[in-house]
Amino acid sequence: MRTINVEEITKNVKEMCIEANHFLSKDMDCAMKNAASTEKSPLGKQILNQLQDNLQIAAEDMIPICQDTGMAVIFIEVGQEVHFEGGMLEDAINEGIRQGYVEGYLRKSVVKDPIIRENTKDNTPGIIHYKIVEGDQVKIKIAPKGFGSENMSRVFMLKPADGIEGVKDAVLTAVKDAGPNACPPMVVGVGIGGTFEKCALMAKEALTREVGSHSEIPYVKDLEEELLEKINKLGIGPGGLGGSTTALAVNINTYPTHIAGLPVGINICCHVNRHVIRTI
Amino acid sequence: MKCTVQRIEKDKEESEEQTDMDQHITAPISKEEAQSLKAGDYVYITGTIYTARDAAHKRMDETLSRGEMLPVNIENQMIYYMGPSPAREGRPIGSAGPTTASRMDKYAPKLLDLGLGAMIGKGKRSQAVIDAIIRNKSVYFAAVGGAGALLSKCIKKSEIVAYDDLGTEAIRKLEVENLPVIVVIDCEGNNLYETAIKEYCEE
Repeated sequence: MRTINVEEITKNVKEMCIEANHFLSKDMDCAMKNAASTEKSPLGKQILNQLQDNLQIAAEDMIPICQDTGMAVIFIEVGQEVHFEGGMLEDAINEGIRQGYVEGYLRKSVVKDPIIRENTKDNTPGIIHYKIVEGDQVKIKIAPKGFGSENMSRVFMLKPADGIEGVKDAVLTAVKDAGPNACPPMVVGVGIGGTFEKCALMAKEALTREVGSHSEIPYVKDLEEELLEKINKLGIGPGGLGGSTTALAVNINTYPTHIAGLPVGINICCHVNRHVIRTI
Repeated sequence: MKCTVQRIEKDKEESEEQTDMDQHITAPISKEEAQSLKAGDYVYITGTIYTARDAAHKRMDETLSRGEMLPVNIENQMIYYMGPSPAREGRPIGSAGPTTASRMDKYAPKLLDLGLGAMIGKGKRSQAVIDAIIRNKSVYFAAVGGAGALLSKCIKKSEIVAYDDLGTEAIRKLEVENLPVIVVIDCEGNNLYETAIKEYCEE
């Protein structure tokens, strides 16, 4: 048994919120640089170069990469040998979000009620997903999610007969509909299988997987590569203003499902695909 | 991911230099100036513009429905769909990129009919908005989404002029210098989002 004071969780969450919003992870940074060198459209290239400058200014002057500093999505894997002290884990996580967004000059984009829409003024609550795992460590993944792209995300409840071609059509439909609204070049997270909510959650978590990495399942890896190629032939391009770089990656996760179903979740993320991972 | 490019090559500097092809305009914008712009033009805006996004538009719409005056005279003005992150000490504003314009589609035709000069945002517009742009000889610009740090450098002054209680969604008056935007929908209804994509589509 290992004891962790929840204050340590708060401190890490705070730092991770600030880091995620000012510095793109190395995998995303590389993907963006590669895109700027391979883009075929002159305007597309100009936009990608602007985004390079933007990343530099964000890091040097500590101005968030994007003004939509997102709703804080947190995946936390807690080893079952861990015992927390000092308060409730969920409260500690939300306190970390509060401190990060208030002290880090990040935008407060959360409203308390979806209809009444009064701003909570500290960007809480976060969206927290817990998993109990083996061991005595705590792994925290923070992925602040902007809503320009979140709004373009979809769930399709396909039929088993639709098969892999149905999945491809669903992903391409979602990307085409998203177009310029999702701030391309985008990263496309896909969850195939499970249930209605499981496929959406898999799609979200797929966005936190390193860009450029692939599924270990051979057919899924092939699907990731094929879809990326097809998406980049759509012509949407950087900023949706035409070009050969519409997506930087397609990350797919799968899970067992019911004999009657083929759920497909598609979570679209803009080029500011923020994720920071720490293990405590 | 293997990083094949460590640094962006030299042509970056060349492509980012303002060329003779680029246009410089001032805000507010006259009808004549708006009519001279064509979809695809790269434009730098200098002058005074206003911010408004979802909540401010809803409130302006309610104000108009009650037959009352808007908090700012929008005639010939440009509205930037943007809600900034907070400013650090000594800076006028935080990150300041465009938000998705389609969420304002419900309100935009009415504002255009009242003389709004131009809109700056990102993403598609409805046919009703495109019709209102043509009818009123207006223009829709896109700023690059997700370039909030870079765009904040073009904002020299920011002042809340209405709806202070809305926080980031308050109406702000901004002084901008060479704010880079692209004409997406011009006064004839030409739409760069449609034409440019066709050019690069390999389907």
